[in-house]
Amino acid sequence: MNITRTIKYEADRVKGFGDEVMKVPGCEKLKDCIQCGTCSGVCPLSVYMDYTPRQVMELTRFDFKKEVLSSKTIWLCASCYACTCECPREIRITDIMYELKQRAIHEGVYPRKFPIPVLAQEFEKMVTANGRISEMPLVMKLFMKTDPLGAMGNWQMGLDLMKTGRFSLASEKINNREQLAKMFAAAEEKA
Amino acid sequence: MKYSYFPGCSLKGLGRAYEESLLPVMKHLGVDLQELDDWNCCGATAYMSVDEAKACVLASRNLALAERDGNHPILAPCSACYLVLNKTKHYLHQYPKMKATVDRALNAVGMKCEKDVPVRHPLDVLINDIGLDAIKMKVTKPLQGLKVAPYYGCQIVRPYATFDDQANPTTMDRLLEALGATVIRWPLKTKCCGGSLTGTIPEAGIRMVYILLNEAKKRGADCLATVCPLCQFNLDGYHSAVRRQYGDVLLPTVYFSQLMGLAFGLPDRDLALNRAAIPFRWRPSSPPPAPAQPPAAKSVAA
Repeated sequence: MNITRTIKYEADRVKGFGDEVMKVPGCEKLKDCIQCGTCSGVCPLSVYMDYTPRQVMELTRFDFKKEVLSSKTIWLCASCYACTCECPREIRITDIMYELKQRAIHEGVYPRKFPIPVLAQEFEKMVTANGRISEMPLVMKLFMKTDPLGAMGNWQMGLDLMKTGRFSLASEKINNREQLAKMFAAAEEKA
Repeated sequence: MKYSYFPGCSLKGLGRAYEESLLPVMKHLGVDLQELDDWNCCGATAYMSVDEAKACVLASRNLALAERDGNHPILAPCSACYLVLNKTKHYLHQYPKMKATVDRALNAVGMKCEKDVPVRHPLDVLINDIGLDAIKMKVTKPLQGLKVAPYYGCQIVRPYATFDDQANPTTMDRLLEALGATVIRWPLKTKCCGGSLTGTIPEAGIRMVYILLNEAKKRGADCLATVCPLCQFNLDGYHSAVRRQYGDVLLPTVYFSQLMGLAFGLPDRDLALNRAAIPFRWRPSSPPPAPAQPPAAKSVAA
């Protein structure tokens, strides 16, 4: 029988993680969280999450880094901002989710084969290189990386898109890609 | 009235019916739209998930281009573009460190972003710059008898409600009423459509689409009107998946701009109504639509 411990130990904390997140511009107010659960209540996706938004707030604040960064919750957040608007302590929960997503990617600890972080990274790569998104090639890349057979299940949609003149494999690009590349390079230099 | 038009990637791709209908409608109203030269992707929600500083740099290039090209207000029809450009402006105001990073990037290519160019949504421009009276004057074929559920989605009212009420926006309601349509009151007008989850986590995404379609249909809507290319794609494109899981809730989803075009009497070919998977067959002066018939459903029957 496979049993796992479901209660967190003090030893699971990565001391300093919460403070680090709360120092990021936009995430400061996390310290004011009263654990009322309004965020989880208004979140249209909390029913699918491994930790509810309220739990993610508490786990983050108290240094449970591994739990939040490898959670599905941060990736299920669809950026609808309902929690941010309803939070009685004005915590920008959506932006904290973004901060956690970036850290999860940076540390490579997002859940394996989970399509959302794969989509985010493919999207970022494509825009960084071309300055624009080509929707069909992006979607096809996503399927190739996460669920090659699943793409077949979407033949009907592909057909609909062709019939309505919206299926395009063209690669969209801005003209001045060099300028954009220079901007990214300058941004990454130390101030 | 002159605006820098920022279409964004979707309005040139899957959401092209939005651009194809919005441009003739705005022209008909005498609005001068100049497409921003060599604009780039706003970054949407995905880029911000990977690198927020670079996301701000990316979006700020568009702000700087608009500033360079006459500093006219940016018109951003796509909800994600509208939010990201506004969010970037907020970050530049609020966070000096972010501003320094963006300035460094813009400096390197001889551009700047200082004039605080406004980023506006078409609904805002239609209601507040053009006005409902001017719009009513252009209505030649009122949408008499058409019951429309206005769907605003998330990102034009959250987190920044700049031109409408956050909990109960009404700009599109008022616009549709001015066109002669009957507006369906419903509580889900700002509930999330699921965004890209329809593609990534269908279990969750399809259910969110179903909830919206079902509620609008239950309340007697003939169609949903939307302001966002992703909302339109979700609500229109996943009917066969919805049917497999929840049963049939066939309901067309159109852009508000397409309804404006119909009311203004613009020809069908200017309104891109043939771009949707679930066809919208209602036309002014024809009787209200019968419930979608099997031929209409055929294209989505798996």
